[in-house]
Amino acid sequence: MNEREGGREVALTRVRRRAGAALVPVLAVALGLLVGALLILFQGRNPGRAALAVFHGAFDGWGSFGRTLEKATPLVLTGTAIIIGLRAGLFNIGAQGQLVFGAVFSAWAGFRFHGLPPAAHVPLALAVGALAGAVPAALAGVLKAKRGVHEVITTIMLNSVIIAVADWLASRPWRSKTAAFSKTATIEPSAAMGRVSKLPLGFAVAVVVALLVAFVLDRTTFGFRLSAVGGNRNAALYAGIGVAGVTIAAMTLSGLLAGLGGAIETLGVLGHYEQNTSATLGFDGITIALLAKLKPRATIPAAILIGAMRAADTKLQSDAKIAPEIVSVIVAVMLLFVAAPALLRWITKRTGGEADSGLRLTSGWGS
Amino acid sequence: MGIVNRVARSIGPAAAVVFACYLAYAWDGRQTTAVLRATLTFATPLILCALTGLLGERSGVVNIGIEGQLLAAAFTSFMVSTVAGVFWGTLAGVATGVVLGAGLAVAAVNFQVDQIIAGTVITILATGLTSFLYSQGRVIKGRMPTIKVPGLSKVPLLGELLFNNQVITYLALIAVFVVHIMLFWTRWGLRTRAVGEHPSAADTAGINVHSLRRRNVAIAGGLAGLGGAFLSLQSASTFARGMSANLGFLALALMITGRWRPYLSAGAALFFGLCKGIAAQLQFKQVVSIPPQFVNALPYVLTLVVLTVFAGKVRAPAAAGIPYEHEG
Repeated sequence: MNEREGGREVALTRVRRRAGAALVPVLAVALGLLVGALLILFQGRNPGRAALAVFHGAFDGWGSFGRTLEKATPLVLTGTAIIIGLRAGLFNIGAQGQLVFGAVFSAWAGFRFHGLPPAAHVPLALAVGALAGAVPAALAGVLKAKRGVHEVITTIMLNSVIIAVADWLASRPWRSKTAAFSKTATIEPSAAMGRVSKLPLGFAVAVVVALLVAFVLDRTTFGFRLSAVGGNRNAALYAGIGVAGVTIAAMTLSGLLAGLGGAIETLGVLGHYEQNTSATLGFDGITIALLAKLKPRATIPAAILIGAMRAADTKLQSDAKIAPEIVSVIVAVMLLFVAAPALLRWITKRTGGEADSGLRLTSGWGS
Repeated sequence: MGIVNRVARSIGPAAAVVFACYLAYAWDGRQTTAVLRATLTFATPLILCALTGLLGERSGVVNIGIEGQLLAAAFTSFMVSTVAGVFWGTLAGVATGVVLGAGLAVAAVNFQVDQIIAGTVITILATGLTSFLYSQGRVIKGRMPTIKVPGLSKVPLLGELLFNNQVITYLALIAVFVVHIMLFWTRWGLRTRAVGEHPSAADTAGINVHSLRRRNVAIAGGLAGLGGAFLSLQSASTFARGMSANLGFLALALMITGRWRPYLSAGAALFFGLCKGIAAQLQFKQVVSIPPQFVNALPYVLTLVVLTVFAGKVRAPAAAGIPYEHEG
């Protein structure tokens, strides 16, 4: 074999490996949609009309595509937030709550300050929201690092506490004086993040943040430490890495991003905070993180996919007469298949290949 | 001697609690009864779910999908009972818990999926499916029967509380004793604990680690399923989206606080119920004006505090969360 052929061989294997890496997420998406279609059929509705409704609701023209991107924005951020945690072996299942805190506190920063120029007000409100998301996550990180309390339990408990506090803030001290139901006052125009020639500004921010996180995780010492802790805590400890510090930093950063997602939702889309009982952004983020195989950049297409289905929920209801909750089912099925590569292999009867790339989290309860 | 000591140690605190209850009862009978009723209502599903978690971890499988089992079971028992009545509804709830438990067990034991992820998948799947399939306007057929134990239910306060209940409350209280006895006094219990602490030793002794883990996690799911039936058929008499309200996760915290022991975990659940009952009563009587959101958030805050104090001082079953691979 001459050198040239050798080079081609290498290139080919690289392509094959790339294709192989994408296989599981693509199959998971396909199976998720298939199960969704079957459920729709089971209800006596037409899956084809559902697909059409999603197309009209999500991709038909700049108006609806803008909505898709708006829906995708918090998903990119919660997905990336969860990736940061998973890289360090932590499962931040509380991104939902951190996002809610970010949303309500950025609403406060949005209506509380008057007479600021947008160039100052928007970043200020974003920062307030991000910090508000970081605080509960940091608390969970400290409890994990210092007391050995599992982050899944603490962040879920914090979710319930946060949602109660946010609900109270929106119904009492920060309540809008004119609204009939409880929501916060509307933000000042100077805090609103609009669209820059049809492209939602918030989406651009989310993309930049995801790229930044990709760089930090893959190209810096901090990212290396994070992965070392996630790979094997004891080995990391033995190598002299401050495991407690990395744990707290990873959780804080994760919460920061989730909070930012909430802030953009308030400043860019709603203009106020109101309680949303069917919010599933945190859970969707888990699916996105796993669909993206823990690569922050890959959250962007994954978030657009799920964001499109979320953006089309009213169309699904009106055009195809399908309860929009079907999207949650589809997302959950995708998660099921992407979380269990072994299950997929079993279904496709694909034997051999790369070893099980399933995640391993710290599953003990500390001590 | 050891047994006498142990019994004295557990009876002592129990007697103190009973005494305190009667003191409160003497001071204000109506309110004490109301608070303790609320305690039992809130604690029942928690007790059942804590037992589910405990049985799983004692056999070496972390079950974080209890929340999903609870919600899905609440849904199926509601749906079935609207057609076939409460009895079949309850059975459907238990079956749902078992099926989801078996799913978790197969994923964790056979496919070695990370147990935390597998449990989360169950919860997310249950949340999505129940909210998609639920439609309003259905009514439960029949009511969960109330059983008055003759004689005993006439005892003031305790009789009224413990012997005048709807079926699932009894079942939950009985389950605590049954699980304790099974776990610590039977061959099955010894094997289960061995599999959870040191699976390779258990394997050497000829125990089939995988099949025991699968069976235990599946059966334990039935208890969470019963908890789900309690939520929709007995407590609320209807279904609501997301009605499990993180109780499944709360139960895991109670299990940790209760050191993976049935009595202690149930005690922790009752203590939680008591705190919630008192807060609700204070608010209801408008003694203090606590915003309702904070009363609802109380159990979760309490969990965080309790975990901060207790975690790190307790020891989980050594093999909980670690897949076992048979060697050779």
